[in-house]
Amino acid sequence: MPLEIPADSVGLVEPKTLHFATPLVLVSGRVLPHYDLIIETYGCLNEQRSNAVLVCHALSGNQHVAGYNSPEDRKPGWWDSAVGPGKAIDTNHFFVVSLNNLGGCHGSTGPTSINPTTGQRYGPDFPIITVQDWVKSQACLADQLGIERWAAVIGGSLGGMQALQWAIDFPERLSHCLVIAAAPKLSAQNIAFNEVARQAISKDPDFYGGRYADHDTYPKQGLMLARMVGHITYLSDDAMGDKFGRELQFDELSFDFDADFQVESYLRYQGESFSKRFDANSYLLMTKALDYFDPAAAFGGDLVTALAQARCQFFLASFTTDWRFSPQRSREIVDALIAADKPVCYTEIDAPHGHDAFLMPITRYMTAFKAYMDRVAREVLTAEVGDAR
Amino acid sequence: MRADLDIIQEWIAPQSRVLDLGCGQGHLLADLAEQKQVRGYGLEINPEDIQACIHAGVNVVEQDLDKGLSNFQDRSFDTVVMTQALQAVHRPDWVLDEMLRIGRESIITFPNFGHWRARGYLWFRGKMPVSKFLPYTWYDTPNIHFCTFKDFEQLCRQKNIHILDRTVVDSRHRDRWWIRLWPNMLGEIAIYRVTR
Repeated sequence: MPLEIPADSVGLVEPKTLHFATPLVLVSGRVLPHYDLIIETYGCLNEQRSNAVLVCHALSGNQHVAGYNSPEDRKPGWWDSAVGPGKAIDTNHFFVVSLNNLGGCHGSTGPTSINPTTGQRYGPDFPIITVQDWVKSQACLADQLGIERWAAVIGGSLGGMQALQWAIDFPERLSHCLVIAAAPKLSAQNIAFNEVARQAISKDPDFYGGRYADHDTYPKQGLMLARMVGHITYLSDDAMGDKFGRELQFDELSFDFDADFQVESYLRYQGESFSKRFDANSYLLMTKALDYFDPAAAFGGDLVTALAQARCQFFLASFTTDWRFSPQRSREIVDALIAADKPVCYTEIDAPHGHDAFLMPITRYMTAFKAYMDRVAREVLTAEVGDAR
Repeated sequence: MRADLDIIQEWIAPQSRVLDLGCGQGHLLADLAEQKQVRGYGLEINPEDIQACIHAGVNVVEQDLDKGLSNFQDRSFDTVVMTQALQAVHRPDWVLDEMLRIGRESIITFPNFGHWRARGYLWFRGKMPVSKFLPYTWYDTPNIHFCTFKDFEQLCRQKNIHILDRTVVDSRHRDRWWIRLWPNMLGEIAIYRVTR
């Protein structure tokens, strides 16, 4: 438990579940007859409903972006570094909305939910969800919250991809799009890592074709391995070197195949704790959503034409040591935006942490992020004053 | 607003697309957007300058000119501007080629190393000139390719680059009649508008 909740925290927060009764037709052609989305909100929605921002989560994220769900929580939400009073996404100015995406395992409809047509858990039968589907469901969420237009849609990594898709699919419904440490589509190497993760899970004897819950078990080893591989891609060589070097767990080599080095036990620990809190079928779905993401595909493979649909302004940031979605990948988006004549600010932050940098309170990153969001806040305020006149 | 930016503004058409190489805090682009509805982008690598651009609502892209401009399409801008940076890039000739590939026209300003004070400094003291305007010593200066107006114009001739306009001013960007008599000796800064 944090002894005292810091002043720049949103404090104690509570999720709430919204129900959607209108069927959602998915890109795959399948239909979700009805579904739930679990959300958290921070800050206050203004009278004009013009100060709402949507925060989209990455691969293993959820609705709990900032603050604490209970006084016993040891850690705040996953992007507490960026969301709170006085922070980059300043809850004194903005009404922040976050959700757990469809297919997730933190309260929104997903593989662990009951399939209304069978009365059984969806399990592996849960439809494959794409980033476009997520964005569509997020638009339904905006409708239900009475938000016609987001002041900004913001995300890092897979979250950034959702923000980008928003700009293309619903150009009239956002003023700003913030895409951090993302890519316009996955590379062969990215897909390859995801495939290793999927194989690790689906080849685990406890996977039972995705029906592990019916057997009162879960593919612990597979999920562990998937997370370990994933985790390596989130860190840079230097970050790992700094954190672990070749430090041993005990004083000397064991001369057996157990974990000798600290990095080994760290990965095992990370993998194991992840396997306890994340559903294997959800993980498979999330990696597929990543693999399928390619907003240019609908425009003959031309990213410039895809982004020409946008009506918002853009902010992009990348990190020098990120090799999962390197600065080069963000540049592809920036170059396409410039070619499409769209307003964009882009900064390349020198940070040693690898892909994980997007979650960290790196001064230069947060100052640039905050400067941009403060501009968004000023615009919201100016429009408010204009309306009042 | 710096006086050279005033002069540059006059040479840029309303509603055009402008790329500013080394845009600093984005003053030129902010002004062009406001006065002439210009759609502009600036390239910059200095973190404080990038921060100032973001704050001011200027489209700033973190990009190092020395690493090339191949990500920009041919003729994708009306004007490519570079103020007081030509002497600081690794290959001014390559940058010049790239500017005229990306834009229909380019506007370039740089300090004149042929100015009498620079010549006098070197002649009398036998040392590389250091002044209030160019305060660096030879070993820490970012300005690695000084040239005179004559040098620049010779390069333009070699590359078949046409000089459309040239204004030569003093260090406070004032246009004086006597500078026009002997620009390469009396002018401190030149502002060129060139095309191919």
